[in-house]
Amino acid sequence: MKSIIANINKAFENKVRLGTMSILMVNESIDFNSLKELLGVTDGNLASHLKSLEKNEYITYEKTFEGRKPKTTYTATKLGKQAFKQHITAIEKLLK
Amino acid sequence: MKRDKYIDDLKDIKDLMNRSSKFISLSGWSGISIGIVALIAAFIAHFKIQKWYTLNSFDGLLNGAAIEALKIELLLIAGITLVISLVFGIIFTINKSKRINQKLWSKQSKSLLINLLIPLVIGGILCLLFIQKGNYGVVAPLTLLFYGLALINASSYTIGEIKSLGILNCILGLIGVYQIGIGVILWGIGFGVLHIIYGILMKIKHN
Repeated sequence: MKSIIANINKAFENKVRLGTMSILMVNESIDFNSLKELLGVTDGNLASHLKSLEKNEYITYEKTFEGRKPKTTYTATKLGKQAFKQHITAIEKLLK
Repeated sequence: MKRDKYIDDLKDIKDLMNRSSKFISLSGWSGISIGIVALIAAFIAHFKIQKWYTLNSFDGLLNGAAIEALKIELLLIAGITLVISLVFGIIFTINKSKRINQKLWSKQSKSLLINLLIPLVIGGILCLLFIQKGNYGVVAPLTLLFYGLALINASSYTIGEIKSLGILNCILGLIGVYQIGIGVILWGIGFGVLHIIYGILMKIKHN
């Protein structure tokens, strides 16, 4: 029991961070605006949660230009995917 | 308390994974309405062909003008069916995408459309070539076969049931090529009955 709880990741307790990682598990990358639309959150809210995922090194970003508009695209890191999988497994075990 | 939150989390994860990678706004009503339109078209085509046979079997000769007229009538029925089906499909899809809050023109719907269109266009050209060469018997089964392949090809970009619908249509198409002459009946089963059944299943499962 103790080890299961240890695998529950605090970084994914929040809905926005959990949602971001879910999306990045099945999409190679996603841009800020699409992410915002899918999650239905405000710019500021999303930005702060993305920053915290970056700090954990669960996601990385790349800035490009689409015409003149800057575009930020996010990708999950190997570490992030691993951590997320562990988190889901822990939840599933806990619910059994 | 905690338990409910995690159950809720898992639901969110699944929903976001689906919504972000697949176009899930296909409506059960599109399937049902397209199925009904196809059934009506198949009945009309069947009676036209039957009528043609009874009128032209007396002299035992193939009447060139009559077969030309039948051909144009059947193509017209097929064209009208296609347009009405597309209109119904699009209307119900727009409705559902609004209801479940998924963007209509997105990366997901584009992938779905492209993967659907490649086999459909190739199959369509092939059918036109067969018509041009006077090989009418294979056309109805070939539309089933290529429609089935298109569905299989596109199934990973939408709800999973589409794949089995594609496989069933391919089987009907192959039977039709093997047994030329029952094409219209198989067409009615594939585009009519199967669409209605899958439409109802989708309404039950995904609503």
